[in-house]
Amino acid sequence: MTPAIAGEGLAYDYGRGAVLDGVNLAVAAGEIVGVIGPNGSGKTTLVRLLAGVIRPGAGHVMLEGTRLDALARRDIARRLAVVPQDSALEFPFTALEVVLMGRAPHLPPLAFPRARDLDIARAAMARLEVAAVEDRALVQLSGGERQRVLLARALAQEPRVLLLDEPTTHLDLRHQTGIYDTVRALTRASGVAVLSVLHDLNLAALYCDRLLLLAAGRVVAHGTPAEVLRAPLLSEAYGVPVHVGTNAATGTPIVLPLPAPS
Amino acid sequence: MRPAHLTARRLATSLLVLAAALAVTLLAATLIGPAPASLRVALAPGGEATPDYAILFRARLPRVLLAAVVGGSLAAAGAALQALLLNPIAEPHLLGISAGAAVAGVIAIVAGADAASAVVPLAAFLGALGMITFVYLGARAAGRASPHAILLVGVVCNALAAAAIMLANAIVSYTQAQGILFWIMGSLSTQGYALVAVAAAYALVGVAWIVRHAQDLNLLALGEESALELGVEVERTRRAVFVAASLLVGAAVAVSGMIGFVGLIVPHLLRLAAGTDHRLLVPASFLGGATFLVVADTVARTALAPAELPVGVVTALLGGPFFIWLLRRSLVRGMA
Repeated sequence: MTPAIAGEGLAYDYGRGAVLDGVNLAVAAGEIVGVIGPNGSGKTTLVRLLAGVIRPGAGHVMLEGTRLDALARRDIARRLAVVPQDSALEFPFTALEVVLMGRAPHLPPLAFPRARDLDIARAAMARLEVAAVEDRALVQLSGGERQRVLLARALAQEPRVLLLDEPTTHLDLRHQTGIYDTVRALTRASGVAVLSVLHDLNLAALYCDRLLLLAAGRVVAHGTPAEVLRAPLLSEAYGVPVHVGTNAATGTPIVLPLPAPS
Repeated sequence: MRPAHLTARRLATSLLVLAAALAVTLLAATLIGPAPASLRVALAPGGEATPDYAILFRARLPRVLLAAVVGGSLAAAGAALQALLLNPIAEPHLLGISAGAAVAGVIAIVAGADAASAVVPLAAFLGALGMITFVYLGARAAGRASPHAILLVGVVCNALAAAAIMLANAIVSYTQAQGILFWIMGSLSTQGYALVAVAAAYALVGVAWIVRHAQDLNLLALGEESALELGVEVERTRRAVFVAASLLVGAAVAVSGMIGFVGLIVPHLLRLAAGTDHRLLVPASFLGGATFLVVADTVARTALAPAELPVGVVTALLGGPFFIWLLRRSLVRGMA
């Protein structure tokens, strides 16, 4: 089966040495793939490549079997949505206006949203518990609310592929799991393919079907959370001793950092 | 509290209200002035021969209409540039774009063009476009032009342009220098309907072009990467809006000299009142800017009558403090 999104031999270079080199990956419909790795390992660059924001120096991205660089931006935006780490917004758009922008790729350039578009936007906001702030300016919301509005915008895009770049950085415990519960429900119900960068390895263990461990721009491990979240692999990649145990409630791995031996 | 999103109905109502305000202002400004003139006398049978007619329809009305077109052009250009540069304090005058238009206009005049000919607006348009491109590329680093860098490059370009104009003044003949000075100082007075028509044509094309890209501007205001991810052809939009804003600024400078701050004050106040959606903000800025400059020019020609203030003085006295207030606010919020 054609993967929803795939990277084949991806390499990228900001001009100071390779940031990514020879990265292969594929995400199938209905699957959540997590990308983990230390700071500077190329996770965000990978998301930008897959979104087509930057072009790979080598290799290419396939979106549902078509090369990304052969597609118009609007065509990509109808199929693929990105949730950024945060949004620097200088202008007082309301939360609902921001979510409605997710409908833009589906509408003619100057058209106003139809009743259906409003329904989709409001349903996404309700799902992420930000319906109550729809008339507030995005800049006035808390970091967590803003992040959930940005995810609601991505859902309003009705994408086939969803890329998340550490979407839970600003969130408290309840909303961290809340976001991934929503994302998982979406993948299971409508077959959306999800690729998410995660900082939190325990969250990765709880929600991802497969994990990709990046270090220094290369894939160093790839497999189920139980296969990738192993102490030797993680210690090597992150450069710190870790303890890997088992979450008694879920049976998934849990990862704890250890202090340096004294 | 305004509704959470823009609807066609609210767009229409808002623009109608602004258009009505502009119409009333145009009428009032035509009737106000140091010399008394009666509309009834001017419009009576045979009124065309009366001094009232000459004052109202040959002196004041073209001036009032020109103020409206220039004010509207500058405000619409300001709104568009602010979205494009992700910078709520961008303004054609502050960024040196008006100065770029002025330098090109001066070069055209020095080369022998008549200041009232159609060559000067064309030169001013090219000068504005050149300067926008230069400021943008000069401030851009690592794929992004930071708001502060844009302002700094703009300030330097302003200084360079001022030096270029002084240089031109120093090397040309006395009469040519007088002509340049007169053109630069700018004035909305002693202009005929022909010039109004030229400026209006540029304004119409420029505003229509920006409005065509209004939804892309909304998406761009979320940041360049977000815009790309939402399907905007960012480079194409940027080029189109740069050209359209240059048309507006170039024509405004060519017919009225350098008038600052209209493009800052008007879009900002409208954003507070009507929201940020550029499908409304851009045409609303045109109407609001027109109203604003007509009022400012009426103040300029009546406050010290019979002496006349340059209208740029009035807008700068209002706009300077306003700019500093905006800048302070964005510094306090840590995002300028």
